[in-house]
Amino acid sequence: MLKDITLGQFFPGYTIVHRLDPRTKILSVVFYIAALFTAVSYVSYAFMFLVLCLCVGLSRIRPAALLKGLKPLLFILILTSLLNLFGTQGRVIFEVWILRITWEGLRNAVFMTARIMMLVCGTFLLTYTTSPLALTDGLEQLLSPLKKLRVPIHELSMMMSIALRFIPTLIEETDKIMSAQRARGADFETGSLARRAKALLPILVPLFVSAFRRADELAVAMECRCYHGGEGRTRMKVLTMQRRDYLTLLFWFFVLAMVIVLAVFGL
Amino acid sequence: MYMDSAIIQIENLSFRYPEASQDTLSDLSLSIFRGEFVAVLGRNGSGKSTLAKHLNAILLPSKGRVLVNGMNTADEAVLMQIRHTVGMVFQNPDNQIVASVVEDDVAFAPENLGLPSKEICHRVDEALRSVGMYEFRMHAPHLLSGGQKQRIAIAGVIAMRPDVLVLDEPTAMLDPSGRREVLRVVDQLRQDYGITVVLITHHMDECIHADRVLVMADGKIALDGTPAQVFTQVEKMYELGLEVPATTKILWELSAEGLQLPLDALDVEDCAQAIAVLWKGRQST
Amino acid sequence: MTILRLENLCHVYGRGTPFEKKALNGVSLDLLSGQYTALIGHTGSGKSTLIQHMNGLLKPSDGRVLFEGEDIFRSKEATHNIRFQVGLVFQYPEHQLFEETVWRDIAFGPGNMGLRQDEIDERVREAADFTGIPEELFGASPLELSGGQKRRVAIAGVIAMRPRLLILDEPTAGLDPAGCADILDNIDRYHRETGAAILLVTHSMEEAARRADRLLVLSEGKIVMDGLPNEVFSHAEKLRGMGLDIPAPTLLALRLRELGVPVSPSVFTAEQLRDELLALRKGDSLC
Repeated sequence: MLKDITLGQFFPGYTIVHRLDPRTKILSVVFYIAALFTAVSYVSYAFMFLVLCLCVGLSRIRPAALLKGLKPLLFILILTSLLNLFGTQGRVIFEVWILRITWEGLRNAVFMTARIMMLVCGTFLLTYTTSPLALTDGLEQLLSPLKKLRVPIHELSMMMSIALRFIPTLIEETDKIMSAQRARGADFETGSLARRAKALLPILVPLFVSAFRRADELAVAMECRCYHGGEGRTRMKVLTMQRRDYLTLLFWFFVLAMVIVLAVFGL
Repeated sequence: MYMDSAIIQIENLSFRYPEASQDTLSDLSLSIFRGEFVAVLGRNGSGKSTLAKHLNAILLPSKGRVLVNGMNTADEAVLMQIRHTVGMVFQNPDNQIVASVVEDDVAFAPENLGLPSKEICHRVDEALRSVGMYEFRMHAPHLLSGGQKQRIAIAGVIAMRPDVLVLDEPTAMLDPSGRREVLRVVDQLRQDYGITVVLITHHMDECIHADRVLVMADGKIALDGTPAQVFTQVEKMYELGLEVPATTKILWELSAEGLQLPLDALDVEDCAQAIAVLWKGRQST
Repeated sequence: MTILRLENLCHVYGRGTPFEKKALNGVSLDLLSGQYTALIGHTGSGKSTLIQHMNGLLKPSDGRVLFEGEDIFRSKEATHNIRFQVGLVFQYPEHQLFEETVWRDIAFGPGNMGLRQDEIDERVREAADFTGIPEELFGASPLELSGGQKRRVAIAGVIAMRPRLLILDEPTAGLDPAGCADILDNIDRYHRETGAAILLVTHSMEEAARRADRLLVLSEGKIVMDGLPNEVFSHAEKLRGMGLDIPAPTLLALRLRELGVPVSPSVFTAEQLRDELLALRKGDSLC
């Protein structure tokens, strides 16, 4: 049931990709996306595809797992490719009734689809190889300059990591409450939509009550452990950039430069 | 004992929750001494948890004052020092664990204290070893048993190296084996670090080995003494809606039948010996 | 007469995944109508899984559950309706309260049974009476009550369905001794006055022995002991081996026997041990 849902699509491992500093990985994805949007030709797309293959290969993530992640996006993918296919003006290849396929349309459809697929695979590679906690830490560090602009970066990342911590607990709780209400004859499966929505009340109310109680107790427990916001707080695991991190960033710099050069030559 | 060895001093403490019509704690005075193991008993609603929350300035007195190592809990300037001195563990282990990985959770308090990374690592390892959970340092807390989670919560507090450990019904949600685990850990901490322990509980048998038992009723301390002194007041305990350990109960009821038995043999072994002595004495005459 | 029969019940969680776990491993059991049974076993022994089969919340991987001779999974409707016959009170049931008033929360179960309003009202009053909830509280919000009162309201919500078999999963967890005794007395009264069968799941051997006519011990998904409380307690060492807590009076009796005092090894309450010792005195061997 609910318990079976796997959360935070993280596949633990010890490959070079897994061991990179989360900040490096986040920046890599930024570079990767920038490069993808700069790419204009078959050649540059082919080049980016090779780069993606290299990353996937190094991470030892099964390509099937990545493709599985594309499933929910199938609808959007098909829609964009159809819109591009039929909606672009240019040299006609094929014409039936009001539907007209052009060379330009075909090209756009292929590029857009490839771009979205590669975009999604790239970001998934990040979440597959980085634990949610490391990701939060990395983001906090990267965004810390914003603290000067009074953006509550520490608070946001604390909220994020506590949310991650409590998701399994709340799922278990939901399961328990559902069973308890079922034991009193509650029926969540049959009836009209309105009835089913109403049937959720016996689950949602206790869940909220319990979430508030937990939040309250957790806040006290955190205070007891000397929590007083981000000020003066240190970390046990200090993120440190290693040689491999600098090399990775250098690599991405070259990838981006390469795509730009290719674009300049119209390739 | 000398007053100057008191680590916590409570003077005429009264407390009323906002919008409540009655005081939850009324004119309560108490000293807790360094290294002592104090067990606190009392019915639900007798004010035990409210008292506990005064020991590290989670709640502040409406009247009177609480001194921790000489520091007044009402003094904002020493708040962190007070929380650092008195560590607190609560009933529900799930609601005290902050992080998704055991060692990150234990690191939470030292991180808040602003310690250098190396020192935090050292303390986390030490704390996890002292509760016997070192092998689980990379685990996700929600997959552990109740007793294990509670030991993590204790480690999370111990990592601050507090002088006093306050445990507010730490075993109430645990099964018997989880209870034993937690009590064993508390015992070990007392032996290893001489830490002062305040244990709030409903289980009479958890109090048998305490240095001192406090019984609370209606926001006051109704009984205060060694376990033997408190539990031998069997009628008074019943009156307060509490039980006494089974050993005391048997000895008390046998005494009521005219047998000459000591009421203060709380331990099963002591109790058995006392009865056996009587039995052998009778046999030889 | 058998009210609920389990035939070779097996339950496997996460079949086919690396987390596959056999929670129940061939449990066969007859619960008799009007009988007060206690089920003990340490955490992870399969207790929760077992009781959730008894009212059809979980479907067995193998085996059958028969209520008065009929398979409770024979149709969707039958599975749904069995919940009104077999009432299940979960651990910390106060966490499931959701209505605005105590009355409405207790009425949730009877309402789901499709009863008439006046009948619902009668049942709510009856259930409140069994659990010692005064009428003044009917209009109060369940969230404003004390912990012990909340627990009673939650139990009343199940009793209001008038289950013929009432299952309670650690109904006294986290309460103080007086609160524990109150709840168990309420359950005793429901048992006595309605003749319903009770299945009490507990960690406390003493509680089990004191209240129940029959004791079941579950270990690793199997019923390993089944009998009268004193029969089961005569295997104290075996019970301890299964990680269960032996009541102090039993420990004391065992130690006394070692010290040469001939008391019965199967006592489990202070009263029993006292009587044993007093009987020895009468028999002129003590005092």
